[in-house]
Order: sequence, then C-alpha cells, then structure tokens
Amino acid sequence: MTLAISLPEKAEMKKTREGFGRALVDLGARDPRIVVLVGDLSESTMVHFFAEKFPERFIQVGIAEQNMCGIAAGLAAMGKIPFFSTYGAFASCRAADQIRVTVAYSNLNVKIGGAHGGISVGPDGATHQAMEEISIIRSIPNLSMIVPCDYWETYKATVAAAQHEGPVYIRFGREDVPVVTGERTPFTFGKGEVFAEGSDLTVIACGVMVYEALRAREALEREGIGVRVVNLHTVKPIDRDLIARCARETGAIVTAEEHQVNGGLGGAVAEVVVRQHPVPMEFVAVMDRFGQSGKPAELMDAFGLRAKDVIAAARRVLERKRARA
Amino acid sequence: MSTSPPTAAELEAAHRAGRLEWPIEKLTAKALDIRRDIITLLGKSQTGHSGGPLSCADFGTVLFFHELNVDPADPRWPERDYWHFSIGHVTPVIYSLMAERGYFPLRDLMKFRAFDGHAQGHPSRHDTPGIEVSAGSLGQGLSVCCGVAMASRMDHHPRRVYCVMGDGEQQEGQIWEAAMFAAHYKLDHLCGIIDYNHKQIDGDVEDIMGIKPLADKWRSFNWNVIECRGHDIADVLRAFAAARVHAGRPSVIIADTVMGQGVSYMAGDYRWHGKPPKPEQADEALRELGTSYAEWSARLLAH
Repeated sequence: MTLAISLPEKAEMKKTREGFGRALVDLGARDPRIVVLVGDLSESTMVHFFAEKFPERFIQVGIAEQNMCGIAAGLAAMGKIPFFSTYGAFASCRAADQIRVTVAYSNLNVKIGGAHGGISVGPDGATHQAMEEISIIRSIPNLSMIVPCDYWETYKATVAAAQHEGPVYIRFGREDVPVVTGERTPFTFGKGEVFAEGSDLTVIACGVMVYEALRAREALEREGIGVRVVNLHTVKPIDRDLIARCARETGAIVTAEEHQVNGGLGGAVAEVVVRQHPVPMEFVAVMDRFGQSGKPAELMDAFGLRAKDVIAAARRVLERKRARA
Repeated sequence: MSTSPPTAAELEAAHRAGRLEWPIEKLTAKALDIRRDIITLLGKSQTGHSGGPLSCADFGTVLFFHELNVDPADPRWPERDYWHFSIGHVTPVIYSLMAERGYFPLRDLMKFRAFDGHAQGHPSRHDTPGIEVSAGSLGQGLSVCCGVAMASRMDHHPRRVYCVMGDGEQQEGQIWEAAMFAAHYKLDHLCGIIDYNHKQIDGDVEDIMGIKPLADKWRSFNWNVIECRGHDIADVLRAFAAARVHAGRPSVIIADTVMGQGVSYMAGDYRWHGKPPKPEQADEALRELGTSYAEWSARLLAH
C-alpha cells in the first residue's frame, strides 16, 4: 500500500524527541510497568514530562550510562518496562558492552532512547553527534532498532517499542524537523512504508532524510523521473520483502540516512539487495568522517545530507541502471 | 473473600517460605559437596575456572542453603529473593549450587561448557533456568541488582537482593557507579558480597592494580561494611544476619577467602584462576576431598 504522503508548501516543524517524551507520559498513564530512567539529561531527552507526572516511576541515575543500562536490565528482569534515555552517542557507544551482554544476551525488555542522533545536533560538535548507532546496534542479536522520521512517528515508535517484547533502541534527533506524517498515518513495527510511488528508482530513507527524499522526489518528478520513496523506520528487524520488491520493481536503489555510511541503513539494505535481487545502489550518508561544530542547517549541507544530494545519487544510480540494460 | 492487602507478618511469612536456614553442620557438609562438584565438572569438561569457584564455595553455600528465599522448582516465583553472580566466570560454583539446591539435575554439571548442554561457560538467561540475567563481562552485576532492588521497592515487595562480586572486579569503574547509586537511594535490601581471595588472572590483586583499603572505599561510598572470614561458616552466617537487619544503607560483606580453597595444590595460587585440573589432578583433588573422580562423577550422573 502506498500512503501518498504529500509535502505541504511549508511543513510544520517539531522535535522528534518531544514525540518520545509525550509518548512516555501516555504510556505511563496506561501501564504501571513503565519506568523511565535518565542520566542527567531530563529536559534534553524530554523525559521531564514523565518525571513530573510519575515521579515514583522515574529514576534519576546521574552521569553513569553503563550503570543506567544495568539498572534498566534489573528492572526488566522484575517485570517492569524500563525506558532509559541519554544522548545516542553515550547510549550506543559508552554502554555498548552493557547493552550487548546484560540486556541483549539476556533478551530483557529494556527500551533505549538515543537522543541527539546525527550531524544536526549542530554546535556541540563531533563528540555529541551520534552517527554510529545503527552500525553498532544492528549488529547485536535480539536487539531491534527504530529510526523515526518526525514527531508523530517518534511518538508511535515509542508506543510500539513498549508493546514489543524484547529490547528496542529508538534513535531520534535534537532539532525541530519537518512533520511529514500525521497522527493517523499507519505505523507498523518491522514494516517499511511506501510514502510515494515511482517506477524508475527507490529511495529508502530513515529519520529526517525521509523528508529530504520526498523533496528530492518532487524535483525529479518534474524531470519525468519516477521515484518511489520508502520510509524504513524499523532498521532491525528489516523489511526484507519490501526491499526485495523495490529492487525488483524499480531496478535501482538509493539509501539516505543521517549516519555513517559504514554499516548503517545503506549497509543493511545492501545486505538484503545483494542476496535477493542485486541492483545498482548509491548511498547518501556521512562518508566515514567525524562531525564538527556549526549550525544544523549548514552541517546538513556540508555533510551532503540534503535533497540535492539525494538527487545527485539518484542520477548516478540511474546511469548505472541504464548501463546494465 | 478478603481483599485487604497482606499484613507485614503475612508478607514476612511468605518471604521466609523458601528459606532453608540450615544449621552449621549441614552447611559444612554441603560446602564439601559443592567443592567435589566443582572439581568433578572441571575434570570432565577440561575447560573453565577453578580458583574463584572454590573460594566462593562456603559463603555460596550459606547464601543458597540458609539465606535465600527461592523456589528452585519455580525459578520465577514472584516471592523470590534475587541472587546474581556479577563474576560470571565462576560458573562451576554457580551451577553446583543451583544443581544441589534443585534448579536442575546434578547430571547437567557433567555437560559444563559442552555443546549439547545448557551450562554455558558464563551464565546465560536464555539457556539455564534460574539464571535471571546473563553475566560475564565484569563490573555489570551490581547495577542489575540496583535495578532489581528499585523494582522491588516500587512494588512494596520485601525481596532481598544479593550480588556476588570479585575482588579483581573492583577495578571496574561501573561497580562504583552502582555503589554510588545504591547508597543514594538507600537500598538497604541490597547486599553485596565480595569474594576477597586476593588473586586475579595475572597475579596478586595488589600487584596488578591495588584495591586497598577496600573496606574504607565502600564505607566512604556510604555502605554498611561487614568483614568476615569467608571460609568460616559461622562467621559468614553472622555477616549475612548483620546485613539483613541493617536499615537505611546497602550492606557489603567483604569475605576474606583463599583462591582455590580446599585443594592443597591450588590454594593461594593465582595460576589456578582460569584453568581446570587435568583428569589425574582432579582425581587427586577429589581424594583430598574424601572421594574420587569415579565415585563423584557417578553420583552426579545418577541424579
């Protein structure tokens, strides 16, 4: 099914992390097992909404991400549904061993909120711009991962994570980003969504790059190039059937992510494509380099994470597709 | 039917239902069996750790056969106390205690670290019933126990939480993150036990990376510190009792032990940290422990 998401002239701008924070409050009201932990970043990760509403189920851990991960595991072992949140750079790298051994190997029902993913974190610079999360998290068995594209999808991803039995990592960002979905847009954990139809190539994106992909599609459509846009919010477990179908039906794939090119969404998609239906692929991603300080918008431009970069990748992949024909 | 919540006395009664509270003589005899199990399973597997399991054998026996409120037939019994070995490498003693307590048949010990057994080299929740959280990467267990203790408090549950740590493990930073947390939240139903056998893989703890003064470190983190002779069953009982009644702060029992205790050629020698006895060495050790490899392996396989 195609959702035919259309972009308004001026999209509403909203923080994905607020979707996380709001969803936790609604989940907390519905389910007494929901517990929220934070490592001294209550407002940054927007779990302060939950803390105000359910102080008895909110645990301030201080600046100790490894400890926080273990505490969440203990809570889960006793039947709670703990969400722990910090910046994604610390959740995925600092606590990687704790996530691997204590949480994932035990397959405990721990939910991880990685805030401030990507180059768009901006002025804080490279240390705080989490761009390795997908590669690290998706290589760990039992662990699922969602990279939602906007406020509403982050809200739904958070609810879906609570409903899924097992560990889940949700990656979201810092900045206001365009809202491309609505409250009623369908969201199914583990399934990609075709946001727009097209037959010449498919752009598979996650996170804020879904918006950039839709913008790129508008420009390419004006040239008569048909672009299918897939929002692959669940990076793991990955929607193999949809990826294989896109490879078969459009014969060329571009992936787009605000993440390192190594082992990210592009790699995950390529692993499916080469096994099921090899077609030319191009990657829009951060090309194996650390970030730097700057305004979010200028960094997105400088690191090649814009609609223009998706368009350029589309032209390259179409050239290769034609050369094969 | 009454819908009133259980009284404190009823909760306490339920909480004691799964405790064995064995006397010293029975605990002493069981600790000997645990050592025999450890050597036998290592003699069979020819892989695994010898030193730490033997130093944990006495306080481990007191924990499992006196202190803990558990139902091995129902490992997830809601009333249970929680126990966790943060030192995942001492699986020979963990599995021996579990099997002797009734979590699974003794014969499973003869498939320690085997492809067709459940007894993984380091404890796995996925494989062994009764293991609640996997362990093996050092320093992580006390955090898990803090989480269990917080969940129990939220549920107003009288559960006690026990976390066995190593002395070398005290070098891991996460231990101190968790120590700070437990004291901050006054988790007085949490009890740490440190197997202070003074050795680690590469040598003496004080030579590798000194942890002294260990008791002072824990005191300065606002823990109730109880030091005991870790191979003296009566002293270990005293330590657990003192931890049980202490209110307002978490307790840590620092059990002074000897690596390889009970086997003369292993005792106090760090080189036995991570290796098993050869078959003839296992038999020699078992004869010292009043049995033989043939006799004790037959006992394990029969159950």
